[in-house]
Amino acid sequence: MLDTLLKQFFIFDSLSLFFLGVIFIISLPSAIYSLGYLKGECSFRKIILSWTLLVLFVLSMAIIVTISNVFLFLVAWEIMSLVSYFLVVFDTTHEKSIQAGTIYIIMTHIGTAFLVAAFMMMYKYAHSFDFVVIKNACLAMPAPVKDSIFLMLLVGFGTKAGIVPLHIWLPYAHPQAPSHISSIMSGVMIKTAIYGIIRFVICLLGVNSSWWGVLILILAVITCLVGVIYALMERDLKRLLAYSSVENVGIILLGLGLSMLLLSLNMSYLAVFSLMAGLYHLINHAIFKGLLFLGAGSVYKATGTRDIEKLGGLIKRMPQSAVYFLIGSMAISALPPLNGFVSEWLTLQAFFLSAFNSAGGTRLFLGICASLFALTSGLAAACFVKAFGMVFLGLPRSHYAENAKEVPLSMKSGMFFLSLLVVVFGLAAAGIIKLLVKVSAVAMNIDIGSMSFSLNNFTLPAQAGQSIYLSVPMLASVLLVTGLLGFVAYLLFNKGKLVIYNTWDCGYYKLGPRNEYTGTAFSKPFRIAFSFFLLPYRKTQKVRESFYHIKSFAYETRTTFVFKKYVYGPLVVFILRSAKFMRRIQPGSIHLYLAYIFSTLLLLIIFMYKF
Amino acid sequence: MIKITLIFLQLVFFIVIAPFLSGLITKIKNYSKMRRGQSVFQPYYNLIKLFSKGQVVSETASWIFRVTPFIVISSVLTVALLVPVFILSNPLYRMGDFLVIIFIFALGRFFLALAALDTGSSFGGMGSSREMFISSLVEPALCLVVFSLFMQFGSTNIFVFSGNHAVSVASIVGAIALFLIAIAETSRIPVDNQETHLELTMVHEAMVLEYSGRSLALIEMALYVKQMIWFFLIAQIIFPIAAPGSINSSALFFWGLWYLARILVIAVVVAFIEVLVAKMRLFRVADFLGFVFVLGAIAAICAILGV
Repeated sequence: MLDTLLKQFFIFDSLSLFFLGVIFIISLPSAIYSLGYLKGECSFRKIILSWTLLVLFVLSMAIIVTISNVFLFLVAWEIMSLVSYFLVVFDTTHEKSIQAGTIYIIMTHIGTAFLVAAFMMMYKYAHSFDFVVIKNACLAMPAPVKDSIFLMLLVGFGTKAGIVPLHIWLPYAHPQAPSHISSIMSGVMIKTAIYGIIRFVICLLGVNSSWWGVLILILAVITCLVGVIYALMERDLKRLLAYSSVENVGIILLGLGLSMLLLSLNMSYLAVFSLMAGLYHLINHAIFKGLLFLGAGSVYKATGTRDIEKLGGLIKRMPQSAVYFLIGSMAISALPPLNGFVSEWLTLQAFFLSAFNSAGGTRLFLGICASLFALTSGLAAACFVKAFGMVFLGLPRSHYAENAKEVPLSMKSGMFFLSLLVVVFGLAAAGIIKLLVKVSAVAMNIDIGSMSFSLNNFTLPAQAGQSIYLSVPMLASVLLVTGLLGFVAYLLFNKGKLVIYNTWDCGYYKLGPRNEYTGTAFSKPFRIAFSFFLLPYRKTQKVRESFYHIKSFAYETRTTFVFKKYVYGPLVVFILRSAKFMRRIQPGSIHLYLAYIFSTLLLLIIFMYKF
Repeated sequence: MIKITLIFLQLVFFIVIAPFLSGLITKIKNYSKMRRGQSVFQPYYNLIKLFSKGQVVSETASWIFRVTPFIVISSVLTVALLVPVFILSNPLYRMGDFLVIIFIFALGRFFLALAALDTGSSFGGMGSSREMFISSLVEPALCLVVFSLFMQFGSTNIFVFSGNHAVSVASIVGAIALFLIAIAETSRIPVDNQETHLELTMVHEAMVLEYSGRSLALIEMALYVKQMIWFFLIAQIIFPIAAPGSINSSALFFWGLWYLARILVIAVVVAFIEVLVAKMRLFRVADFLGFVFVLGAIAAICAILGV
């Protein structure tokens, strides 16, 4: 009975299993972390509630990635959205939570509406909700229908994934949830949307024309850049991480979009390769973003603030959390030998290899995409130098940071587990690449029998028999040995004394936290270089006692959120205005309403009869 | 055994020659200003002096500040091992991937930027912020240059263009772009100035301001080696050189001479640029790197067109 039910409604191919693995690998440490995080934060009943919601949340995501029925998929999708909404507004004492939740639930339902439309069009051709039947029906579908289904799926899943300009909810909702939930939302929930794109567009619909891939690539590049630039400007630690999630979704989509483009150009091996790069970055991002959110949660728990400008010097007060956060920052900045480095390198290689094997304009397009991706990666490194440096290094900038204490064991162990994974997924890249190639080959239904592997060496049997080579363990050991060489040199010349003294203060007086560089100052060069997009404005106000003496000086700087101001702002105004206009047909008279019903009925009858 | 000797030799090659290049550049600058200037070997004296002195560490600094010199020197020396210098088989050359090298340099820079923030000095913050700003704007241009090389040689491994190859328009433009990138990466005029300690102009110097003694020596050494690696890479692209046909001593000697001469040529050009050009304002650097990006794009287009 159960067996047939499982077979009928679930699929367990390697794509589903991969995503299932991602979900549980992040949820487990987050759940352990929440033991310490919620303690003392809220009442016992509320903790029970949070656990119930957490279990429902994880379960709904697990169903999403394994279900093989479109209707049930939608049900699970909706459960996931609603449960995550409750988790966003979990901290009801904050007014911000309610606002964030509202934005989230509106955006997510716009996305779901598009999904419903796409699924209904699929149903129209397949007359069934089953994946297999739909897949067969999609083969006979006319191209324009396929195109419109693709666009609707892209908007629907793109809203959840946070593709720019649909990312608007993400920086509100993710930071507002409790930190272990943020880590699951950023690490896993937005990945279910990627799963949706892979499952429905690549597996079921089948890539039809090359502009699909090109469109995704362009969106991905924009998503990367916008995400990372906003992350650099942010001073709320968790919002910074949320924007960085937007960026990383862009990187994942780069691999995905490239593989779709290559599929339509009939370069199937490279398509498998680039989807593999995307999936690798997906699991890497899940791990290090989960870790970073847990780290940010520890900072919040210890200090009570998420404002970067009020933190500092935490490395001495919470040494272990600092190490974990550092590992996460290094991984997200793609530093060898950690996992982010491997997947970003693979993505770049995928771009270069596919450009080399294609012709003309495609080459240049891919080259430009790759270079903008490189820019993103550089900016991300700057962003996380800022995040780690301002929060953990230097002098504490406020009493919040000064009185911070290390977090309890349950929180540390959650972070320790994820840090370990960061290192493992870097060093064991060769084996993981092998596994992921199988996953992406299954997703695209391509036989990879003739692709050859040796440990650490990925050889493509494609056109020129190119091979790329990277051995992370060897790289790590060379780094270690040369570092030790430096250390030996350091020890050999052990002549002079080591003196601990003040930071050099130009001979004035002892430096205090007020003299330190702030996060806003750190990102100033970027604010100026990208001022065409950020549209910064600043206000200075001097209060003079006399001509010579300024009593006080106020300085304010702010960047403009282009999408909020020029897209969503006018849209909301338009909707409210038209709602006001529509109110006129609701005067409250029952006769009028009867007339409405009657005329609607008439119209419907005419519609049925005529069309 | 011979392989391990080779690896060791390559490390020695970079460590021994790299400071000389900086000394040479300073000497040329001094001569062209009609000054006698310091000896060409001054960088060596400086290193010896720094190694034998004590050091002052800020009380604000954490372990990040202490380990950074080792990570910086390790990242640079690792790259020095990965680039193919002696064209005989070295097992590490297989990993001599241009992209990997960029990522490894980023490792050293990341920690240097953190160490600068670690002491709580605003000089450090300034240097750290500016360094990350410049380096992140360098990335897209650098990526395009690597892309153009890939389009020509079909791999990102430096090994493929280490031998003798025809110099195309694409490689010349790419090499020029790489040269300008090297200026930005090795903190030279017009992007940065290695000689000044004025907070308005300095970038790299501001980051390492708190370092002294042996730690500073390691960081300086890393900068010298990094500079030599960049010169070496540019030389490989624009002045390709074939391995000596026969292993007799005179052929090997002339090969070695030419091998070093090309690096010196680049050092001389850098010196003259330092003399002739004024340091740019920080925000002009963005324009400068935008220009480099365009050069990189031209190199990529040339490579795609096959010229």
